[in-house]
Amino acid sequence: MDTIEQITSQRRGSEQEDGAAVVAVAVKDLHKSFGSQKVLDGVSLAVKRGETLAVLGRSGTGKSVLLRLIIGLEKPDSGTVSIYGQDTGHLVLDQLGAIRRKMGFLFQHAALYDSLTVEQNVAFPLQHNQREMAKSEKDDRVRQLLAEVGMEAAMQKMPSDISGGMQKRVGLARALALEPDILLLDEPTAGLDPISSAEIDDLVLKLQEEHHMASIVVTHDLHSAKTIANRLALLDQGNVVIEGNFEELQESEIGFVKEFLKHS
Amino acid sequence: MEGKISAVESRPMKQTVSVAPPAAEFGKNPITQFFEWFGDLGLFFWQVARAAVTPPFEFRELFRQLDEIGSKSLPLVALAGAATGVVLSMEARYSLTRFGAKSLLPAAIVFSVIHETGPIITGLVVSGRVGAGIGAELASMKVTEQIDAIEASAVNPYRLLAATRILACILMMPLLTLAGDACGLIMGWVAQALVEPLSFHQFINNGFKGADFNDLLPPTFKTCVFGLIIGLIACFQGMRTQGGAAGVGRAATSSVVLSSLFVILADVVLVKIILLFFP
Repeated sequence: MDTIEQITSQRRGSEQEDGAAVVAVAVKDLHKSFGSQKVLDGVSLAVKRGETLAVLGRSGTGKSVLLRLIIGLEKPDSGTVSIYGQDTGHLVLDQLGAIRRKMGFLFQHAALYDSLTVEQNVAFPLQHNQREMAKSEKDDRVRQLLAEVGMEAAMQKMPSDISGGMQKRVGLARALALEPDILLLDEPTAGLDPISSAEIDDLVLKLQEEHHMASIVVTHDLHSAKTIANRLALLDQGNVVIEGNFEELQESEIGFVKEFLKHS
Repeated sequence: MEGKISAVESRPMKQTVSVAPPAAEFGKNPITQFFEWFGDLGLFFWQVARAAVTPPFEFRELFRQLDEIGSKSLPLVALAGAATGVVLSMEARYSLTRFGAKSLLPAAIVFSVIHETGPIITGLVVSGRVGAGIGAELASMKVTEQIDAIEASAVNPYRLLAATRILACILMMPLLTLAGDACGLIMGWVAQALVEPLSFHQFINNGFKGADFNDLLPPTFKTCVFGLIIGLIACFQGMRTQGGAAGVGRAATSSVVLSSLFVILADVVLVKIILLFFP
């Protein structure tokens, strides 16, 4: 298997060659408030196919809300979210389903179904979205996904019987079940020890390399962001302060960027 | 690989958006909140109804809920029905003997049980057991983002979680009511037979003398409305929960309180309608 550094450099190389890649996710002038609390205040971002964008920022700056808006779990107050050019703002739940089949979402706390085994958790999207698929085919797919994230041995365990890092791996396998074009990761390394964090980073890189998805990773872990992303966006007070690669962030003269990097 | 979706344990609580809406609610006056609650309930019902009649249908989950709501409520309903039958028998014997109408005792028990006590006792027992269960289960799934995960997996949670539970409540309520009625009548007879020997055959013959299907079917099928109320309110309260463990507790309590209250209120209206159309 390639090292993280090799894969990272390959990805950066492919990004430069693939300048005309299709825009998978585009958000434009997104505003969102909860009551009197303004969370997003005109965020605009775009992510191309095969690209990984890390969204950084302090806690409570609306990073997770941004992901929830992209997948349609929240409705924006104003602004648009487009998935492969299709505006998702006016779609009803079943129409959104067709868009969501192209997307995989890893929740911050994995959000595994706690009454189902690891195997049933990963099989869930297949059972409800690919009903015509034969059971043996589904079983094979689940086994393959769990092998991919190194969790094949825990197939029959309940989510409560595995560690936080393992739950994230299972969550990742579930997010990949429908072979998505877009992967949204909400704090994939939050609450994990440095070794588990590195393993998750390694896994995300490997999966992105194999599946060539557009990915958005929300994190406050600068090291993880630097490892897995081609591009970084720093959020503050509901807006994007700076967007670019790590070197561009380092060279920035913006006070908040300097402070964020200093404390990361 | 098949499995059921339900919440069985506490998990990390959702952090992102759980705080703001309740804070906003505090600023509203109770009248506004009251009307907003009904408006939201109406929208929720519309979402569920639309999801219930459009494919794909979640038959596997429906059958699991029929078992969960129906078979597992049966012992409780039977016990409550039996106790009601005994109490009715003792009370009616005392009153009717006082007024010299002891021969009407079987009819008094039968009519009381099948007309009113059977359906309403079943409604209240099911709203307690099932309302709290559904409310707490869905609330727990909501605060641990499991419902969001279902939605993110391109599955309609109104169809998978709400429509199946509400439909199961509607379908099982008349059957549970019949079971409760039967237990009430049997124990009513036992209570009477212990005081004054009377065969069960005689008790039933006397009790159902002059009764027809209009005495049994409308009161039994009115419990479908009770089932709709219990399922709808419990799912609604569960799926709109916010605020972590305290929110789960509030959802379970409010599911039971509101569904019991609305079952009693609906009974008033339904009895009037039944008397109007089936005099």
